[in-house]
Amino acid sequence: MNTVAQEETRPQTAPNVETPREYISPGVNIVETKEGYILEAEMPGVNKDGLDIQLEENVLTLVGRRAPAPGGTSLYRESRAADFRRVFELDPSIDTQKINARIDQGILTLTLPKAEKVKPQKITVG
Amino acid sequence: MNLAKWQRPAFWALSPVRHVANLRDEVDNLFNLAFARLGNTPEAEPRSQFLEGWYPAVDVTEDKDTLSVRAEIPGMKKEDIEISLHEGFLTLSGERKGGEKLEGSETYRSERWFGRFHRTISLPYAVVADQIKATYTDGVLTVTLPKAEEAKPKQIPITVK
Repeated sequence: MNTVAQEETRPQTAPNVETPREYISPGVNIVETKEGYILEAEMPGVNKDGLDIQLEENVLTLVGRRAPAPGGTSLYRESRAADFRRVFELDPSIDTQKINARIDQGILTLTLPKAEKVKPQKITVG
Repeated sequence: MNLAKWQRPAFWALSPVRHVANLRDEVDNLFNLAFARLGNTPEAEPRSQFLEGWYPAVDVTEDKDTLSVRAEIPGMKKEDIEISLHEGFLTLSGERKGGEKLEGSETYRSERWFGRFHRTISLPYAVVADQIKATYTDGVLTVTLPKAEEAKPKQIPITVK
């Protein structure tokens, strides 16, 4: 069995920034199918323009910046103002050229197809 | 539908986690009390209601004429969101569908919640019920409630003699 999309364990701060920024780690669901992996991340308040998805070697970094919250005086607050960030190390079986991303109502969905050569093949006896 | 404050389900009394949740309620109550003393502060119901489903974060803001209640409920369909107002309590509820296991798939991480959520917020001001508006964008529900005339700040001109 191959390793799944592994999570990076470094602290959740951005490099090369003088004051480390605080991020929220978005909740994710990851499933593996025959064709590849599907990753869903919860990023409420983030739209297409706020998404920053970077792939370096096999390290996938997901960043979601929220649109600024509307003004007014806060009376009660449970949400956190920070942006979202989470890092995954991709399984070598993933064809990184074919990764697809979309965001709809705050759910980022990534499809990470496996390379053709690693998909299970049925060999019929002739 | 009962729109009064949340009540404990019957199985609750038997649940082994009740002590932890009770403690959390008590801590929450301390905070609520502390803030309530500051004046017009909205209040949310006890957190232990997570046992009934998931528990989205809620923010309340105000400006001169309106109150805004914002809830982070990503991945909903508009038609699955319910909003109701009853005697100064605003209730946001709904059901997030999905989360079923795909045929032949293997789950690696399962951190998202599905199913019903339910939040009740006590509004600090009277509002105009028939002018409440709601939008759902980028997974965030925003309910805008115009303050009733008597709740708006008034300036009383005083002539200095």
